Amino acid sequence: MGEYVIKLPDVGEGVAEAELVEWQVKVGDLVREDAVLAAVMTDKATVEIPSPVDGEIVWLGAEIGDTVAIGSPIVRLKVAGEGNVKAAAEPGGEAAAKITDRSTPTRGPSPQGGGGRASAAEASAKAAPHPSPPGKITEREVASATESPSPLWGGVRGGGPAPVAAPRPEGERPLASPAVRLRAKEAGVDLRQVRGSGPAGRILHEDIDAFLARGPQLAKVSGLARNEAVEDIKIIGLRRKIAEKMALAKSRIPHITYVEEIDVTALEDLRAALNKEKRGGVERPKLTLLPFLMRAMVKAIADQPKINALFDDEAGIVHQHGGVHIGIAAQTPSGLVVPVVKHAEARDIWDCAAEVFRLAEAARSGTAARDELSGSTITITSLGAMGGVATTPVINHPEVAILGVNKMMVRPVWDGTQFMPRKMMNLSSSFDHRVIDGWDAAVFIQRIKTLLETPALIFVD
Amino acid sequence: MKEISCKLLVIGAGPGGYVCAIRAGQLGIDTVIVEFGKPGGTCLNVGCIPSKALIHTAEEFEKISHMASGKSPLGISIATPSIDLEATIAWKDSIVSRLNSGVAGLLKKAGVKTVHGWAKFRDGKTVEVQTETGMQVVRAEMVVIATGSAAVELPSLPFGGPVISSTEALALSEVPERLAVVGGGYIGLELGIAFAKLGARVSVVEALPRVLAQYDAELTRPVVKRLTELGIEVLVGAKAKGLSSKGDALLVETATGKNSKIATDRVLVTVGRRPVVEDWGLEQIDLDMAGKFIRIDDQCRTSMRGIFAIGDVTGEPMLAHRAMAQGEMVAEIVAGHKRSWDKRSIPAICFTDPELVTAGLSPDEAKRLGGEIKVGLFPFAANGRAMTKLSEDGFVRVVARADNHLVLGIQAVGQGVSELSTAFGLALEMGARLEDIAGTIHAHPTQGEGFQEAALKAMGHALHV
Repeated sequence: MGEYVIKLPDVGEGVAEAELVEWQVKVGDLVREDAVLAAVMTDKATVEIPSPVDGEIVWLGAEIGDTVAIGSPIVRLKVAGEGNVKAAAEPGGEAAAKITDRSTPTRGPSPQGGGGRASAAEASAKAAPHPSPPGKITEREVASATESPSPLWGGVRGGGPAPVAAPRPEGERPLASPAVRLRAKEAGVDLRQVRGSGPAGRILHEDIDAFLARGPQLAKVSGLARNEAVEDIKIIGLRRKIAEKMALAKSRIPHITYVEEIDVTALEDLRAALNKEKRGGVERPKLTLLPFLMRAMVKAIADQPKINALFDDEAGIVHQHGGVHIGIAAQTPSGLVVPVVKHAEARDIWDCAAEVFRLAEAARSGTAARDELSGSTITITSLGAMGGVATTPVINHPEVAILGVNKMMVRPVWDGTQFMPRKMMNLSSSFDHRVIDGWDAAVFIQRIKTLLETPALIFVD
Repeated sequence: MKEISCKLLVIGAGPGGYVCAIRAGQLGIDTVIVEFGKPGGTCLNVGCIPSKALIHTAEEFEKISHMASGKSPLGISIATPSIDLEATIAWKDSIVSRLNSGVAGLLKKAGVKTVHGWAKFRDGKTVEVQTETGMQVVRAEMVVIATGSAAVELPSLPFGGPVISSTEALALSEVPERLAVVGGGYIGLELGIAFAKLGARVSVVEALPRVLAQYDAELTRPVVKRLTELGIEVLVGAKAKGLSSKGDALLVETATGKNSKIATDRVLVTVGRRPVVEDWGLEQIDLDMAGKFIRIDDQCRTSMRGIFAIGDVTGEPMLAHRAMAQGEMVAEIVAGHKRSWDKRSIPAICFTDPELVTAGLSPDEAKRLGGEIKVGLFPFAANGRAMTKLSEDGFVRVVARADNHLVLGIQAVGQGVSELSTAFGLALEMGARLEDIAGTIHAHPTQGEGFQEAALKAMGHALHV
């Protein structure tokens, strides 16, 4: 019998670390070669880690949510015959694996459970001469389990959690000592709304403390019960990436958002005509509004190339790109991703449409390649049919512009003599005000407006 | 005509009024109190305090008489005692006047201005006081009506001559040979028992089927037994029809419908008390009423803004300590504090022999709430201290919810149990459960142990029965 260590493989170009988002095995499981052990996530791609050998899992080197360096051991397997390590060959290897442990110690985290963790610690203690970090974590857990979560007052109840009191029946007077009643009165607390944790449902000073800490709540309406449940959801994987990215964009970039309405009646007529005309001919994708917008952007960017740029604010350099790589923000079951249509300037309207279609499918099914999900220089975001009159899009850092498409609606428009029903659509766009002045932003959007309202211009060079 | 103005005007210096005024004064409120009689109201002058002085005298006298009869198991023998009721009344008066000046002093100390005279509302903010020196007008931002109650008169037995109320009964210069008491409530029985002990031949005429009808029969049984021992004749279901033409007998229609005569020297009428709602200008301010009483809310506010009412004028129970608690609360409300009536119990005591105490709900009242209850009763016959005091009659009874053992009511009957009212009230107000009382060490040997034992009994494991 030998031991086989699986290290986190290089999952993508230039990636130094990846986040563990899923374990498909636990300690004690027997796995076959090529069975999926775990999933890790880099910038925008999720990569599955297969087992290269048959064996039994004896140790897992990271928790869900941990960021693991490429090359760090993540799994130890007991295998038949010689493994790839000798016993005690890698002291402290696990320590290096953990670059940042962002997980807070919780009592029963993750699928492997406490028992699995204990045996993992045991196993690693056997394998390595020095106690390793997982063992330490186990100690921390014990500590956190015995510590009381903020005792309220003097520890009358020993700091333990308040016993759950049965709710007072309708119409029954609340039970409380005169001192508690006086305090409630002075604090403006209606005792009928306070749950009593004392004997026979007696309301204690602690209950008033807790009630006051929770703050005023709406009076209880009979039939409606308050739900005191709090569910802790660990922000991991794509969600965490999105969170970090959004925080970065909003904290670094002073956004200027500009909303303009566009009459797309002519564009819609053209789009319908094109879609109709191509039926029966060469197979071509159905045109949506997006390819027209993309082409309009390419044209507007030709006039104002500084809109199509990446701003390295630490270096103080704006990388103005010749190629227009348009990210299209897309909602997928696991969250927001941004597939990128590369070189929109070199694609005609049909090509743009086909590429958008292909990428959207790939993103939705989770098969988008890493390089298809990165490298954009400007982004389009659309809530599509969900509509909305205006949005305040968050710039896809380090880009300097994002265009938000709002819902198209038929609205009455005054044409000078009468109201006409026109197909109107708002564009809500944000710009990095550090490098794009409001004037430039307005010029850019007005140019797009002109192009979209007179769509023939899109096709004229 | 003189005029003064103040923030708070209190009309009536009974227990409710004077407590309200003192508390208001403590809180720095510019307060005036108006009283026609002596401070202290019915309670202090012609009620609780003087009656207790008379009752104590009667108890002492009866004890000594009992010893003199040679029947005392204590081994004391003594010559037959005599009573100088005039001296008793003088002693009682000295207590009353000490308390009068005590209340006056407390009012003064609190910075309250006292106006002697009869107050009458001119409007909701103005009161005219007829004083010895003329009319005094008091303008107040807020007014507290604490005019109290007076003894109810029977049309067939108007007060005067041999027909007296409790007030006159507490000022008699000699013990009447024969005393007829009309009304077997707590006042009639307290005084009837006292006069019986002082040597009067007492008859009690009660229209209801039993005396002390507001209490349950189990609780009053030791009292009824004692009435017989003291030779008090009790006619229940009987109606007093009036005085005989000579004025030396009470005409009674008995339970069986027969007319009979009770020869008597005095007729004490104690058929209840009514709120004093006349002669002070109620008609000027037109307050909402609740029956005979002034309607109040849980802050003792009347239907007119800025006018409060407290005490007997606001309804049952007509008890001094209720009025005091209301008065204190109102003063604090006037001072801007957040207060409302949130008491769980108003203990009531009947100073008969033996004494009765009730706090909270009786077993029947508790049952009417619909839930399952537990009742624990501990007899003083099993209490060592009661034996040594020759007071084995009576018991302590605890009523609790069956599900969570929350104590709902406590009653006791027995000699000296009035002092247990403190423990009973505290237990109820604190929201005690049977286990709380059972788990509290009660000093031995006391009658108070009966309280703990009753709680244990309700839980099914009393130790001493």
